[in-house]
Amino acid sequence: MSTNDMRTPKAKISYLGSARSGTGDHALQRATALAIAPLAIFFIVSVVALAGAEYETARAYLANPLVSILFIALIGAVVIHMRIGVKIVIEDYVHGETLKHFTLIANSFFSYAIGLACIYAVLKIGFSS
Amino acid sequence: MAAPRQVERPLSPHLQIYRFTITMAMSIIHRITGVGLYLGMILLAWWLIAAATGPDAYAVFLGVANGWLGKLILFGFTWALIHHLLSGIRYFFWDEAKAFDIPAADRMSWLAAVGGVLLTVLVWVAAIALRGVM
Repeated sequence: MSTNDMRTPKAKISYLGSARSGTGDHALQRATALAIAPLAIFFIVSVVALAGAEYETARAYLANPLVSILFIALIGAVVIHMRIGVKIVIEDYVHGETLKHFTLIANSFFSYAIGLACIYAVLKIGFSS
Repeated sequence: MAAPRQVERPLSPHLQIYRFTITMAMSIIHRITGVGLYLGMILLAWWLIAAATGPDAYAVFLGVANGWLGKLILFGFTWALIHHLLSGIRYFFWDEAKAFDIPAADRMSWLAAVGGVLLTVLVWVAAIALRGVM
C-alpha cells in the first residue's frame, strides 16, 4: 500500500467483504455440530431404549450421573447451534432493521430459555433421586 | 471527494429459473429440518420437565406421545434429526474443499437423503421391537 494514500480507513475496507461476526459464527456452528453428532446418537439410542418406559424407569435412567452429564452437554451444544442456525435464517429472510433486531433477540431468548428449562429439569432429576 | 465505489452487480434469477439438483433440494431440506428441530426442542423440554415434575405430569406427556398424532410428530422429529445429522456431515467435507466436484457432491447428497430415511425406519423398528425392555 502506498504511503501517500489519502483514503480514510472506512473507504479502504468498503465493499471488500463483511467486517461482522459471520466467521466466528461459522466456526462455532461447525464446532458445536462436531460435539452434537456423537451426543445426538447417544440421545437417539437412549430414547429408543426408553420407548414405552414408565415414569420410574425413565427417571432412574435420566438420574444416572453419566446420562445426566451427556444430556447437559448435548443441550448446551444444541442451544449454541440452534441459536446460530436460526440467526442465519432470520438474517436471510427478515429485512427490516427493527424487525430483524427484535426477531434476533427473540431467537436468543427462545434458545437460552429452552436450554435453561432442559438443564434445570435434568439437574432436578439427578439431584432428587 | 471520491464517489462511493458502489459496484453494479448482476441480480440472481428467481427460484423457479433453476433446474432441480439434489444438492439444492438438500440445502433447502437442511434448513427446514433445522428449523423443525429448533421448534421440536419444545418437546424435549416438555419430556424432561414432565419427568422432573412427577408421575402425573409424565403420564400426560406419555398420553400425548403414545397417541397417533404424537407418534407422527415424534417420527418426524426422528427423521429431521437423523437427516440433519447426515446432511450436516457433507459440510465438513466441503469446508475442507473435498468432494467439491458435482458427481461427488451429488453422491454424498443422495447418500444422506436415502440414508436418513432408512436409518429413521430402522430406529423406529428397533424402538417398537425393544418396547418394554427397560
